[in-house]
Amino acid sequence: MTELGRNARHNISFILNGESVSGSAEPRMLLTDFLNYELGLTGNHVGCEHGVCGACTLLIDGNPERGCLTFAVQVDGRDVKTVESIAGREGNLNDLQLAFRKHHALQCGYCTPGILMSLTAYLEDTPDPSEEELRDMLSGHICRCTGYVGMVNAVMDVVEQRKAKA
Amino acid sequence: MADQADTKSFVGQPVERVEDGILLTGRARFSDHQPTVTGTLHAAMLRSPHAHAEIVSIDKSRALALPGVSAVLTGQDLTEMASAFLIVIKQPMQHYSLAVGKARYVGEPVAVVVATDRYIAEDALDLIDVEYRVLEVVVDPQAATVSGAPVLYEEVGDNVVSTREFSYGDPDKAFAEADKIVSLTAPYPRNSQTPMEGFVVNADYSPDTDSYDVASNYQGPFTSHPVMALALGVPSSRLRMRVPAFSGGGFGVKVQIFPYVVLMCLCSKVAGHPVKWVEDRLEHLSAAAAAPNRVTEIEAAVKSDGTVTAFRFDQLDDYGAYLRAPMPGPLYRMHGTLTGAYYIKNLAVRNRVVMTNKCPSGMIRGFGGPQMYFAIERLMHRVAVELGLDPLELIKKNLVPAGSFPYRAAAGALFDSGDYQTAVEKAVNEGGLDELKNRRDAARADGKLYGIGYSVVVEPAQSNMGYLSNILPAEERRKNPKGGAVSNATVNVDPLGTVSVTADSLPQGQGHATVLSQIVADELGLTPADVSVNMELDTQKDAWSIATGNYSARFSSSTTVAAHKAAVKVRDKVARIASATLNVPADRLEFADGKIFAADNPENSLKFYRVAGSAHWTPGSLPDEMDPGIRETGTWSPPQLEPPNDEDQINTSLTYGFVFDYCGVEIDPDTGQVHVDKYITMHDSGKLLNPMLADGQVYGAFSWAIGCALFEEFAYGDDGSFLSGTFADYLCPTAPEVPRPQILHIETPTTFTPLGAKGIGEGNVMSTPACLANAVCDALDIKTVSLPMSPSKISALIQAEEKPPPAGAARQPDAAPSEGGRVIKGSGETTVPAPPDEVWRTLLDPDKLAAVIPGCHSLDKVGDDSYRAEVSLGVGVVRGRFRASVDMSDMDPPNFVRLSGGVQGPLGASKGAGNVRLKAVEGGTFVTYDYEVEISGKVAAVGGRMLEGASRIVIGKFFERLVSQVGGKAPSPTGETLWQHILRAFGIGR
Amino acid sequence: MKPKAFDYLRAASADEAVAGLAKGGDGARILAGGMSLVPILNFRLADPELLIDISQVKDLDYIRVDGNMVQIGASTRQAKVMAWPELAERVPLLSKALPHVGHYQTRSRGTVCGSLAHADPSSEIPLCLATLGGEVVLKSASGERRLGADDFQTGMLSTAKRDDEMVLAARFPVAENGTGYAFDEMAQRRGDFAIVAVAAAVSGSKIRLGVGGVADKPTVAEWGNIAGDELDDALNAFAWDLGGYDDVHAAARYRRELVRRLGRRIIEEARA
Repeated sequence: MTELGRNARHNISFILNGESVSGSAEPRMLLTDFLNYELGLTGNHVGCEHGVCGACTLLIDGNPERGCLTFAVQVDGRDVKTVESIAGREGNLNDLQLAFRKHHALQCGYCTPGILMSLTAYLEDTPDPSEEELRDMLSGHICRCTGYVGMVNAVMDVVEQRKAKA
Repeated sequence: MADQADTKSFVGQPVERVEDGILLTGRARFSDHQPTVTGTLHAAMLRSPHAHAEIVSIDKSRALALPGVSAVLTGQDLTEMASAFLIVIKQPMQHYSLAVGKARYVGEPVAVVVATDRYIAEDALDLIDVEYRVLEVVVDPQAATVSGAPVLYEEVGDNVVSTREFSYGDPDKAFAEADKIVSLTAPYPRNSQTPMEGFVVNADYSPDTDSYDVASNYQGPFTSHPVMALALGVPSSRLRMRVPAFSGGGFGVKVQIFPYVVLMCLCSKVAGHPVKWVEDRLEHLSAAAAAPNRVTEIEAAVKSDGTVTAFRFDQLDDYGAYLRAPMPGPLYRMHGTLTGAYYIKNLAVRNRVVMTNKCPSGMIRGFGGPQMYFAIERLMHRVAVELGLDPLELIKKNLVPAGSFPYRAAAGALFDSGDYQTAVEKAVNEGGLDELKNRRDAARADGKLYGIGYSVVVEPAQSNMGYLSNILPAEERRKNPKGGAVSNATVNVDPLGTVSVTADSLPQGQGHATVLSQIVADELGLTPADVSVNMELDTQKDAWSIATGNYSARFSSSTTVAAHKAAVKVRDKVARIASATLNVPADRLEFADGKIFAADNPENSLKFYRVAGSAHWTPGSLPDEMDPGIRETGTWSPPQLEPPNDEDQINTSLTYGFVFDYCGVEIDPDTGQVHVDKYITMHDSGKLLNPMLADGQVYGAFSWAIGCALFEEFAYGDDGSFLSGTFADYLCPTAPEVPRPQILHIETPTTFTPLGAKGIGEGNVMSTPACLANAVCDALDIKTVSLPMSPSKISALIQAEEKPPPAGAARQPDAAPSEGGRVIKGSGETTVPAPPDEVWRTLLDPDKLAAVIPGCHSLDKVGDDSYRAEVSLGVGVVRGRFRASVDMSDMDPPNFVRLSGGVQGPLGASKGAGNVRLKAVEGGTFVTYDYEVEISGKVAAVGGRMLEGASRIVIGKFFERLVSQVGGKAPSPTGETLWQHILRAFGIGR
Repeated sequence: MKPKAFDYLRAASADEAVAGLAKGGDGARILAGGMSLVPILNFRLADPELLIDISQVKDLDYIRVDGNMVQIGASTRQAKVMAWPELAERVPLLSKALPHVGHYQTRSRGTVCGSLAHADPSSEIPLCLATLGGEVVLKSASGERRLGADDFQTGMLSTAKRDDEMVLAARFPVAENGTGYAFDEMAQRRGDFAIVAVAAAVSGSKIRLGVGGVADKPTVAEWGNIAGDELDDALNAFAWDLGGYDDVHAAARYRRELVRRLGRRIIEEARA
């Protein structure tokens, strides 16, 4: 049992994108705010803070989850991955990122990190989705710029590429 | 110009975006991720739960006492520090960043708290005590025009704050001579494209220079910059605006950051630290901006062969509670194009601007076009139906003829170029219209509800800064004629000869950096990768003007031209330097592959970077009279953007593209859902600078148009309560809801710019809602339909009279179904095991009443029959603390009492009334009650789905406790009270 | 949109959680997946004093077959249930309904029991439990009890769970041979709260039709195996009995219409 009182900061540490990080947070601090303001991460974006838009989606112990519906203290001792985990430090994009660029799957790019994190988890479980299944999964994200066309094209392209490699 | 551009040109190619790498890795810094100064404070705003209320008093003492709070400002404080914002029309309508005197819409900022972090700032909001006197509300624009309607601005005395009439050609004659007059009312709803990133402002006041440094994801137009500077009382040069390179979508909305910029500036001045504010989603949906809802009465004068000879418009545009600059832009930005894509020479227009108790309107993608084309294209569909003509034949008959460009439309738009007939023909063939008609016929033969719709749109781009002056009569305009639109871009070459570009277009995802790199690369013989583009803007360092910004499809025919001009200047300068070394006249040099060479002898060449760098390293060797260094700014204002003439004609935009859409829809007869079966959209946007990005704009506009047509509306209750405060209530379409349109292009370059490009980002927002509505009307054979075409609404159009309830059923049809109305009505009855006298005494005894009111913390009798209480109310996990007032009237002891009053707290406000009747029966008192409540504020905005049920539970609890207070705790076998059992039987819960 | 301050307790067991509830009184709330609770907290529509996080309680993360019931523990996520290979065979109705519950990204966190405890009148999982006549296991420091679905959910966001109790598990009856199951809902967008959700269990002798989104809790009608006009009349009477309400998305009449039409559609589907 762990009891943490309000109005006090509590130490938390966890694995973020493969590296151990720590800091302190009040119980009520949202994980999104912790990543942004305490750790200075730039990849996790907040779009609605009520779990609908999906911009803040990240992986906790490998599961795609809403950062805005998670308290920072909840990830103590766990594994968190954000979009920064996908590409190497040098900026070498992975196949999904390259396909997003090739198919113009992003415009303002604000919703994109959350979508990439969803897709990272989804394509592991569902390596060969139909377009309808893919669109169903994407319904957990709102993109206002693209109409989703480039995004769907990019993912179907990656699916084919990965099938060809396998 | 580069002669070899045809073979080496990047312009016109689907070049991948230079922006994407940093966006895809998450390293792009959006506004909320910009570094802040240590000690930066954070703001949060208290917002009105009432749509119209006098602010009687604001007590901020409890909030100021909270540790961590630096300052609390109210509207009254602002009037002492700042001036009201300038507005476009001459009316006494004062607007500050916070409500002054009264609040005019739900969500209006009433006070701002500055604290060490956002969490504490929001804690403090709950400690500000505001006393409101609730006023009558007007929500509907037509109701607002009626005499006797509640008035938002007593100083004006009328909600219609501007009326203008226009006439072009001879509309009266055309209507008099018409074979047929077809008319239609076309209401357009209130909506917004709601960017995923909300507003962000970080303001820092310097007392040393009395200046403000602001970083914000503002999108222009910088016509608002002087508005902000004047409000703050500083010269514009002391209001430094810095806009980061990356913005999470704008769609016009982010113009309306400006009142918050001023507010944060003032907060910083008071607090003595930089102050940052990040708008949250509830704030955005309730208070950022919405496209004005418009009621258009439109008529066409028609000849029996289908020739339309005149349009008559009556446009009533609803600007909500405040007329923030540049409003009423949407009513005037399309003015020149009021005859659409048609050859119609007679036009009559009445424009009215009306104020209502809703969120202020703003520029939203389409910027007046969706409202206008919904009226025109719905009307043209009706004309075809009423004349028994094919809708497409009617459209074709009336299109502006090929070969007549540049074409001056009736109200003054100068259509630069086009070939509408070819575009339509090509779309019909390549999109497969014949096949679509076969699908329709087959579907109908199967008994399905299937329809086809069409629409045509002339899509304007790059606004004439003078378009709003048409709101003034010609004699007033003459004193200060306004027209033109300035754009700026700078190409810089550094000492190592590498090229960088800055520009004034403030992109929000459109890929401007990529396009500018293509243009400059082409001109200088480089590749886009050789050109660094920095899209940040800093008003103290960069070239800007009032037109600066990202709106009205401005970029492709403005900033691109400025960048092109700057690149040509650089090229000319570099060519002159190279000319001396290569011993070839400058005009015979070519630029390609990073080299400069003689056109007739490519071996005679120099590296671009060496020549360009020499302007820094060896200025002494430069040709005569040449300035050292290379930094060239292109500045441009197209001559065609003239002020309105004395006949009220105005060329509202520079370029005019063409869009032709058609679609097939099928409607599910059980659910009323509209399924888009096929959608074809043909665009002539002139030269496509980057076809991939152009298609991206079409897909994006189409996607939002699907939202406008089928899903999205900012809903308000009759009491002005805002009901769309979450993304679960304001329905942005997601991937399964957006079909994939088939995009087609022809390219008729504009002759008014050197690059030939027109706008493309707004067309489908104008064409698609009308096209889909026409298809739905075709499928259902109905005259009108309003947007959004929700399943519930469509179902009501399809279905016959509802099957009645079985005889003797408890529930009977509602007398008046109240869709959208948010007055919650209910009634109930029970038997209380005590005589009426005792029940009556309980109701009148403050101590006993306190025990009856659910969650009552304290209750004071403040008058003979008036009470004030502190109560906690809620349902399930949802719970909040409120201040309640209850008045009793019409008392007839111990038979009848009327209770009226309201509650108010951080969760919102409610007012209502109820009647309680007591009647002695055997074993106690038979109590019947009925009530009506209106609920407003946050709980209505985010919990609309639950309000009715929740109200029943709260009111049920009151009577449950009344029973127990008078001793009625009859145990039942399940351990619940008899009262609970009765309530459950009525489905009211416990 | 930031939550008010609260104390936080991460429970390692159900016993720790109910001890916390006993201490926290009516100011304590269980946090499982948080997909409903945390938005409410972010909007400041609730002000619990203490959140008791059970999401990491391993002992409550299970799906087990217990006789003719499938029992699902309190911290078991919807995604896990959906991925359970036996689900379609054991509880086909839940298998058909779960894809409609929120989104991929919320099912990965949201729990079956949390949805029951939240008692949203439009939610799919409470509707399935009610239609199948399942149970909820409640636990407090003083013991456990079971309530049938109908007794558990008492109204909008309201249940018979006492403040000192947590939902320990949900129990769904295993599919009966000869009974067909079907589920459908009308939501404007994929994953939205249903305007109307319908669930049917149809055998040779009876029809059970559950409806969510119309009354303030999921409501089940049971008829003999009627058809044709008789079924239409029964559906009509049921629709009127449920009443429905107007909101910004749908009129009461529309809700009743969907009860009649979708109800008929899925009864036929379940029968097939």
